[in-house]
Amino acid sequence: MAGLATQFGSGAMTNSIGDIAQSACLLNIGANTADAHPVIAYQMEQAVRRGAKLIVINPRRVGLVRHADLWLRPRAGTNVSLLMGLCRAILDNGWQDDAFIAERCENFDAMKQSLEQHDLDSVAKITGLKVSEITEAARMYALNAPAAISYAMGICEWSHGTDAVMAVGNLAMITGNIGKPGAGVNPLRGQNNVQGACDMGALPGIYVGYQSVADTAAHEKFAKAWGNTSGFTPGLTLTQMFDAAAEGKIKAMYIIGENPMLSDPNSTHIEKALRKLDFLVVQDIFRNETTAMAHVVLPGASFAEKDGTFTNTERRFQRVRKVIEPLSGCRPDWLITAQIAQRMGAAGFDYASPQDIMREINALAPGFAGITYERLETCGGLQWPCPSVEHPGTPVLHTHLFARGRGRFMPLEYRPPFEVPDKDYPFLLDTGRALFQYHTGTQTRRVAGLNKFMSEEKLQINPKDAAKLGIHEGDMLAISSRRGSVRARAALTDVTPVGTVYMTFHFRETPTNLLTSPGRDPVTHTPEFKACAVRVEKVL
Amino acid sequence: MADIVKIVIDGREIEACAGATVLEAALSAGIYIPNLCHHPDLEPYGGCRLCIVEIAGMRGLPTACTTRVTDGMTVKTYGGELDRVRRDTLQLIMANHPSDCLSCAKNQRCELQKVTAYLGVTERTMARTMPEQEVDDSNPFFTLDRNYCILCGRCTRTCAEIVGVGAIELMGRGDQTRVGVFGDKTLMESDCRSCGECMARCPVGALRPKVNVVPAYEVLTTCPYCAVGCSIYLGMRDGRLVSARGNKDGGANRGMLCVKGRFGATEFVQHPDRLTTPLIRGDNGQQPADWDSVLDLVAARFKSYAPDEVAVVPSSRTTNEDVYVAQKLARAALRTNNIDNCARL
Repeated sequence: MAGLATQFGSGAMTNSIGDIAQSACLLNIGANTADAHPVIAYQMEQAVRRGAKLIVINPRRVGLVRHADLWLRPRAGTNVSLLMGLCRAILDNGWQDDAFIAERCENFDAMKQSLEQHDLDSVAKITGLKVSEITEAARMYALNAPAAISYAMGICEWSHGTDAVMAVGNLAMITGNIGKPGAGVNPLRGQNNVQGACDMGALPGIYVGYQSVADTAAHEKFAKAWGNTSGFTPGLTLTQMFDAAAEGKIKAMYIIGENPMLSDPNSTHIEKALRKLDFLVVQDIFRNETTAMAHVVLPGASFAEKDGTFTNTERRFQRVRKVIEPLSGCRPDWLITAQIAQRMGAAGFDYASPQDIMREINALAPGFAGITYERLETCGGLQWPCPSVEHPGTPVLHTHLFARGRGRFMPLEYRPPFEVPDKDYPFLLDTGRALFQYHTGTQTRRVAGLNKFMSEEKLQINPKDAAKLGIHEGDMLAISSRRGSVRARAALTDVTPVGTVYMTFHFRETPTNLLTSPGRDPVTHTPEFKACAVRVEKVL
Repeated sequence: MADIVKIVIDGREIEACAGATVLEAALSAGIYIPNLCHHPDLEPYGGCRLCIVEIAGMRGLPTACTTRVTDGMTVKTYGGELDRVRRDTLQLIMANHPSDCLSCAKNQRCELQKVTAYLGVTERTMARTMPEQEVDDSNPFFTLDRNYCILCGRCTRTCAEIVGVGAIELMGRGDQTRVGVFGDKTLMESDCRSCGECMARCPVGALRPKVNVVPAYEVLTTCPYCAVGCSIYLGMRDGRLVSARGNKDGGANRGMLCVKGRFGATEFVQHPDRLTTPLIRGDNGQQPADWDSVLDLVAARFKSYAPDEVAVVPSSRTTNEDVYVAQKLARAALRTNNIDNCARL
């Protein structure tokens, strides 16, 4: 998100899901869309049926590969090299959009300069791809306009994630694929309301609606509206919070609807941090590994028990409606938080309903000013920015100007992952999601039918690697990294390339994140979930 | 805007979009022509042959679902040979379809019933031609009962055209034709992703949900899982969440859902494992406590820390309103910017 915010002025998906139907070319990189965003994958496949080109870039043979015109299978962790290589191939062949570069962008020469080091022979060596494959992908993307790039955590969850995102931005700008229907840069968000959580100001440096805490005018506005506010210095990021807790600097935490004990990297470190806390409050709908650590557990209400809104990956606010009353003893999350604030003596928390809260959001966040419950009743949803009740919402961002004015090209260099396989830990472990479970499984593992499809963690390993180690389908394995060891049965599949093994993080019995890396992106502190070095051994 | 052409159906002049099929033009003008294999989401197929029409200047009885309109076209949808052929076609379908409508999952929502009623067919005139068929009960969420199947191909085309999986196909020929999985395996042994899109388009009771409760009412909401934001109707009956279906007008999903949205969004809500009381950790572990004393405790403890000693992690799974109030608590009450969500994970 920080990458696109730097280049475009906004970190959100530039275009809409419905735009997929208008794309002449879809470039899907670092995403397992068929498993993680199935209904988007359907729409991509439908576009391909109607003649759109599909390029899939992924070390794993993900579901969309079967529909792809071109599948590039680079070495994991080489996105920056490959994406800059695509830019290089486009410029070398004159496939760029000179007018767009000149009229809409800046810093192109610096970026072009940095392409010196990304000659296709070097890129081929780093990525393990053929020069002809790279050129073909560049040609297909550049010459089939409008072309849209979609990506997910395979781009972001690296110690070079911000660079990779900016490389995506470079590629889109160089071909003029911004600000047009069917084009764009589309990060596919993970959770139902992760876009909304960012929009609402659940970030250390911004208030609701991306207003900086360092900005004097914003500070004064919120101090006046709320009677009180925080300082001008951004707070700690999630990963820093756990570091600070482990060091005893953070003494109390209030965690709502998250299970970092299972979902966050390097679990041993998270557990140490949570144990060190003087006071931990966890609000959730089920007991989980994190509520078990809490001094106080507060029972929230599920999505079906409260009114509100979610904002999906394409910036669309949609209504969540109460289908049943909260289960006896449970309270809506907003109400619990408001009641705590009131008992702390804070003013301005006497909301009668979620609609009341939305009215306050409308008043304080200019980009959401027109998104009212009244309008959401009659239309299917509204995409921000939506600055007034007359405004129809914004399906495509950056149509005339970038949010920051001009789009900024960024010179980039390739950096290898934080931890690479070696003699002792010869495999790269990649982690992600599966279709039939969701995150730490607190909800999906309570749906009996879903567990018929997937009831335990399995380590995906390429049959060639398995043969070398004498591993057969279903063998119990010990998977160890420098940080811990877990057990899982073997699943032999060439979905995963030679040298890479793959696990999800859905099962508490196999807490994959005991293994994952402490490596982080230097800007966003996003953990390097997509690579750590592991050893795989048969348990006899 | 698409170009508009004028056509005449049964003496009525109507306007249609150029490129539309005769069946689409008729249906959008409110003129019913019997049909079963047609589905607005799917490509024209011409399989059931119930939508046959006469078109001036054209030979034979073309199917309305595969014939495109042209300006000035004159169409006749009933009468004479059309009625006779259509009734015979329907008899062929009925010959192999059970008549236990009252106990069928699709009773009153069955499109075969609708066609039969429209054509006024009350008796079967043909003997069964197909042997008893296997029921595929392997999927935990829905059943494929081939005995009810009318071979319209909506399910197999949905799997190929809508979801791009192609797990099921029409296999065999003649009276051996069946909806099946490559190698005659079960659905669970196939590539099936269990999205249920096939079931949602089955006109009869051949693909039917295992939990088949007609809801007393439905509420439009948004799926709680991934960030696609599928618009769904949740159904309630007797105090329980019983169903989920996609909303055609959903901006992100246009009616489509995946396995978790269709079959996994309700069961956990009223699960007995839900936390239903606040807990406070004491000497004997976490013990139930009443809301008032818990909220007082939390408020008092929160007030005792300096701003840089506290941190708040709102959820990317809860509503905007929940998150907004949490960040306001962090900034206005705790006076801290130590607030973050899992977006960077």
